[in-house]
Amino acid sequence: MNGFIAVYLREMLILKHRLKRQLAGMAVSPLLYLIAFGYAMGDSVQIEGVGYLQFLIPGLVAMSSMTQSFGIATDINVARFYWHIFEEFQAAPISNVAYVGGEVLAGMTRALLAVGVILILGLPFGVMLQYGPVFWLTVILNSFTFASLAVALAMLVKSHADQSLLTSFVITPMAFLGGTFFPLERLPVWAQKVLQALPLTHASGAIRTAALGGPPDWRGILLLAGVGAVFFAGALMTVKQARD
Amino acid sequence: MIKIEDLRKSYGKTRALSGIDLHVPAGELFAYLGPNGAGKTTTIRILTGLTRLGQGRAALNGHDIVRASLAAKRQCGLVPQQVNLDSELTVQENLDIHGRLFSMAATARRSRIHELLDYVNLLDRRDSLVKHLSGGMKRRVMLARALMHQPRILFLDEPTVGLDAQIRRRIWALIKKIQQDGATIFLTTHYIEEAEFLADRVAFLDEGRIKAVDTPAVLMKGVGQWAMDWLSDKGMHTDYFPDREAAVQPAGTAKNGFTLRRVNLEDAFLMLTGKKVAVPAGDDKRLHGGSSAHAAHTSHGGHGKGGH
Repeated sequence: MNGFIAVYLREMLILKHRLKRQLAGMAVSPLLYLIAFGYAMGDSVQIEGVGYLQFLIPGLVAMSSMTQSFGIATDINVARFYWHIFEEFQAAPISNVAYVGGEVLAGMTRALLAVGVILILGLPFGVMLQYGPVFWLTVILNSFTFASLAVALAMLVKSHADQSLLTSFVITPMAFLGGTFFPLERLPVWAQKVLQALPLTHASGAIRTAALGGPPDWRGILLLAGVGAVFFAGALMTVKQARD
Repeated sequence: MIKIEDLRKSYGKTRALSGIDLHVPAGELFAYLGPNGAGKTTTIRILTGLTRLGQGRAALNGHDIVRASLAAKRQCGLVPQQVNLDSELTVQENLDIHGRLFSMAATARRSRIHELLDYVNLLDRRDSLVKHLSGGMKRRVMLARALMHQPRILFLDEPTVGLDAQIRRRIWALIKKIQQDGATIFLTTHYIEEAEFLADRVAFLDEGRIKAVDTPAVLMKGVGQWAMDWLSDKGMHTDYFPDREAAVQPAGTAKNGFTLRRVNLEDAFLMLTGKKVAVPAGDDKRLHGGSSAHAAHTSHGGHGKGGH
C-alpha cells in the first residue's frame, strides 16, 4: 500500500507543480470543439432528438477522459527513457500491482480533472445534462481502461517516437470514430461493427445515455469494466517484463 | 554482506557476465574496477533488481535476490550512474517519495530528510527544484536519497562520473563517512584514484570476468613500486621498477623525456589484462610487453599519458 501511495503521490506532486499549464492544456481542445461544432452548428442541428451541444458534450467527456488518462503513458516514458526514474521504482521493495495501481490512479485523476474542466466550459453554453452516479461510474471506468492501456503500452515501447506513433494510430482514430462527434448509426453497417470493437464507442454511448437521463447502459458499462480489467492485467505483465 | 555465485548474464549473443563469484563482508568498501563494457553496471543492476538474473545466485545480507527480492531490496540503496532524480520536484519531495517507497513513517521521513540534507550539506536547498541544482549537488541529493531508508548495503555505480576534481573529493569524503557509519559499500568506477583512495579491496573486471581480487596494495605490489613513462617513435612505453633508485638510472638515458611516478592500480590492471581501465571499450588497444615486476615494459601505442 505504501508503494502504491508513493507512486501516486509522485504523479500528483508533478501535477501540482504543472497545474496551471496542465489545466490550460486540458481546456484548449474541448473549448475549440465547443466553439467550432457547438456555436457554429447551434441547436439548429438535432441528433437523436437533442441539440448538437447536448450530444457533443458527453462525447467530449468520453474523449477527454480517454486522452488524459492515456496521457500518463507519455509521462511514464519520459520518466523511463529521459529521467530514468522508473529505475527508482524498480529498485524499491514494491510490488508490480502497487506500481501499476499508482500510475493508473494518477491517469484516472488527470482524466477526472479534464472532465471537470469540460463540464465547467459547458456551463456558459447553457446545456442542461444529468451528471448522476452512472455518468461518473462510466467516466471512471473509461479512465481506468485507458490508463491501464497506457501503462501496458508504455512498458512495451522502446522510444518516445514509438509512443507518438501509438497515439497517432490508436488514440486519435478512436477519438474521432468512437461515437464522440456523430452517432455510429450514420455509418455503413460494416463500419459500425468494426467500431463496436473500440472501448471508447461503449464509453461514449454509456456516458451519453447517462448524461441525457436515459436508462443505464449496463452492457456497455460491463464491457468497459471487462476490457479495463484485461488491460490492467496486461500492464502487470508488461511491467514485469520491463526489466532488462 | 554480498554473496555472488557463478553470476552470468547475456544480452542475445553478447555475454555481459561470464561467471562472477564474489564475497563482500559486512562493512567493507569494495571497488569493482574495469573499463566501460566490462560488466560493472550489469552486476549492480542485477543485484539491485533492475535487470533479470541470467544464471547463478546472489544474496544481500542472506536474502536471495530472486526468491526474496523484496527483502533483498530493503537491504540496499542505489546511486545509479545517471542522475535519476525527479527534476520537477524539490529536493525534499524526492527524498520523501523514496522514504514512502521504503514504507517509512511520516515522522521518521521528516527527521531523516533533515539529518541527511545536513549530512550532505544541502539543508538550505531542501525546497529547491532539482532542475535548479548543479551536477555536484544532484549527486549529493542522490547519495542522500539512497541513504534515506538506512540501507545496510550501498551500491554506487560510478558515483563521481563527470564531476570535477574538487566535487569528486567531497563525494569521496561522504562515501568514507557512510562506510564509517557501518554500511557495506559496493562501488564501481573506472577512476583509478577513486578505487585507490576509497577501497578496502578491489576486483579487476574485464570482459565479464573477475581477473583479480585483493587490496589495492597487494594488487600493485605485483607490478613494482615505480613506473617510468617514456616516449619513442613507436608510442608511449612504461617500465616498472622495484624502487626509485632502480628507475632513475635508465631514466637518464631517455631521449624524448620521461615521467617517473608511483605505480598505481591502472598499472596492475594493465599487467593483468593488457588493457587500460580508463579507455572506453572498443577504443582500447591490446598491449604487448613483459610482465615481470622488475623492469617490466609495456608499449601504449600512443594511448599512454606522460604522468598521472
